[in-house]
Amino acid sequence: MAQPTIVAAGVGKRFLLHHKRATSLKERLLLHRQSSSEGFWALQDVDLEIGGGQTVGLIGPNGSGKSTLLKVLSGILAPTTGTVEVRGRIASLLELGAGFNGELTGRENVYLNAAILGLSRRETQRYFDDIVAFAELEPFIDNQVKHYSSGQYVRLGFAVAVHVSPDILLVDEVLAVGDESFQRKCLDKIAEFQQRGCTILFVTHALDLVPRICSRGVVLDHGRVLHDGDPVEAAERLRSLLGTGADQSGRGAVGGDRPRVAAVRLFDPASGTEKGHFRGGEAMAVEFDVTAPAGSPPVSVRMAVTGPADVPMWVMDSDPLHPGPDGTATVRFTVKELPQIKGIYAFAVAVRDPAGTVTYDARRFSEAFLAVGDTATGVLEVVWTTEQVER
Amino acid sequence: MAQAQQAADARAAAQSRVRLELLTELVRKDLKVKYKNSALGFIWSLANPLLYLAVFTLVFTQLLDNGINDFPVLFMSGFLVWNFFNLATLSGTGSVVGNANLVRKVRFPRVVLPLSSVGFAGVHFVLQLGVLLTLLAVFYRDAFGPQLVLLVPALAVVTVFATGMALLASALNVRYRDVEHLLEVILLAWFWLTPIVYPVTFVRDQLGGHPWLFRLYMANPMAGVVTAMQRALYVHPVTGGRQILPTGGYSFYLTWLGVAGAVAVVLLGAGWWTFRRLQADFAEEL
Repeated sequence: MAQPTIVAAGVGKRFLLHHKRATSLKERLLLHRQSSSEGFWALQDVDLEIGGGQTVGLIGPNGSGKSTLLKVLSGILAPTTGTVEVRGRIASLLELGAGFNGELTGRENVYLNAAILGLSRRETQRYFDDIVAFAELEPFIDNQVKHYSSGQYVRLGFAVAVHVSPDILLVDEVLAVGDESFQRKCLDKIAEFQQRGCTILFVTHALDLVPRICSRGVVLDHGRVLHDGDPVEAAERLRSLLGTGADQSGRGAVGGDRPRVAAVRLFDPASGTEKGHFRGGEAMAVEFDVTAPAGSPPVSVRMAVTGPADVPMWVMDSDPLHPGPDGTATVRFTVKELPQIKGIYAFAVAVRDPAGTVTYDARRFSEAFLAVGDTATGVLEVVWTTEQVER
Repeated sequence: MAQAQQAADARAAAQSRVRLELLTELVRKDLKVKYKNSALGFIWSLANPLLYLAVFTLVFTQLLDNGINDFPVLFMSGFLVWNFFNLATLSGTGSVVGNANLVRKVRFPRVVLPLSSVGFAGVHFVLQLGVLLTLLAVFYRDAFGPQLVLLVPALAVVTVFATGMALLASALNVRYRDVEHLLEVILLAWFWLTPIVYPVTFVRDQLGGHPWLFRLYMANPMAGVVTAMQRALYVHPVTGGRQILPTGGYSFYLTWLGVAGAVAVVLLGAGWWTFRRLQADFAEEL
């Protein structure tokens, strides 16, 4: 049985937002009273066991605490609560070449960086030729690093990080650097690590990558783990979250019977005929049926129209809806003129309380409609109305 | 499996424990960075003490003759060790802030930063001391005697003391950035409060009526270290009937070295504790 290589138990990280924090002794003496500060929990109750050989995709909206988690797991930040136990060598592709000193040569920097990563001089000697060859820097290895191009710099950093035979590799969207052939080498290297049984924790915004590369997906939102398991589901969870804004409380505060999105219809508001493709400038109507347990308080619906790569194009909010005696309500959004957009668009829908503090249900309707417009330039302006309709 | 697990644990420890190899590598880096682009390289590290030597010798033997034989030897025996303390403290103070990009991004034991600053200053000191001993061997054959043994406790005490200062100041400097400037001023005053350019007997005689004031003066750990260094290396404790350094056994030196050692150990403990406590916040504060 492979032992877990990183175990985080009840990890929380609280940042202090200092409003008037003394940053010098002088200020400390002059500001007599204790400076006021507010806490902000970037991570809460995170329990993770990342076992040997897994490739874990860590995803979440911006500001959900991904980078903080990565820093806590790698020991750069100390957790405020809970513990992190690490078994094995961590190499991170977070900040390539962070330890490089421009005045030193490439060779000297390799030795220095490897020493910081926990290698002995003898071990470094063993890997040295491979590192230089991988970075494709043979002719320049005795030049000062300050004369390197940024590509050479990153390549050397990457080469050191992957050659120190890590047990755990932390990857934070670094694959965007370097030319194509180098990128391919990086992906090959990651595949090689996977085969060798190295644990990889992978932070990414490219949701398509998660099911393809990872064996497990973790969704983080507001510093809490929202989903931990199947990578395909993880990507879907995040998609629905992204479309509906940042109101998800993260905790399933309401269970069992709760309001849900039941159905969606798209049609031409003038004729009432359902259709799936619209031209730029045409009117478009969208109706959602919401079911709610009898006697529920009013709910509201927020929908986002999202384009390629799940980029939200615009967001529409309904007024509070009052479910009828049968426990359903129907809301209609009418777009007067569809903007000049092109492509396949999706809807991300959330049912919430009118204040927007609790999300009861969130769904994504992919490939909701096809837009056939002239590719527009300029500002996207959408005029829309919303109403509750009786069916 | 158990073996592989052990190896993995060892690798994890190598990233979080202070290793001599990492320290050496960091000291080597600092030295290389400092002397890389200079033709004279290491020779420069001798320039600073030589300049001080020239100025103070000129002032105290020509302009304000203090009547001390071989004043340069007395001065250098105290000044070099002070220089070590001064450099270790000041470069240690800036060590964490100066390596912010490393601290914010890489997993490694932060405490190696101030420790390597002490090592960096130590390399300079050993070199300078070597030059001084060589010169003594050439020009003052009679300088070498049993008193040289005093070097051992003196160097041990100053190393512990400087390490404590570097740990404490480097951690505090992350929170309060003006610690560095404050220390510069304090060290300047400290320099003049330590018997380096004037002999300790001068202070003793001036404070003749107040033995406790003299004791207070000697409680400065650097005073104990410097006088011991002077006794170890300076040839003429008594010149023309005038006492330059206390004579009559070594109990004076050993007593004050003992006091200094106790202070140094306490400071090292306080520095270590402070550093440990504050280091969790380093990555956030930088």
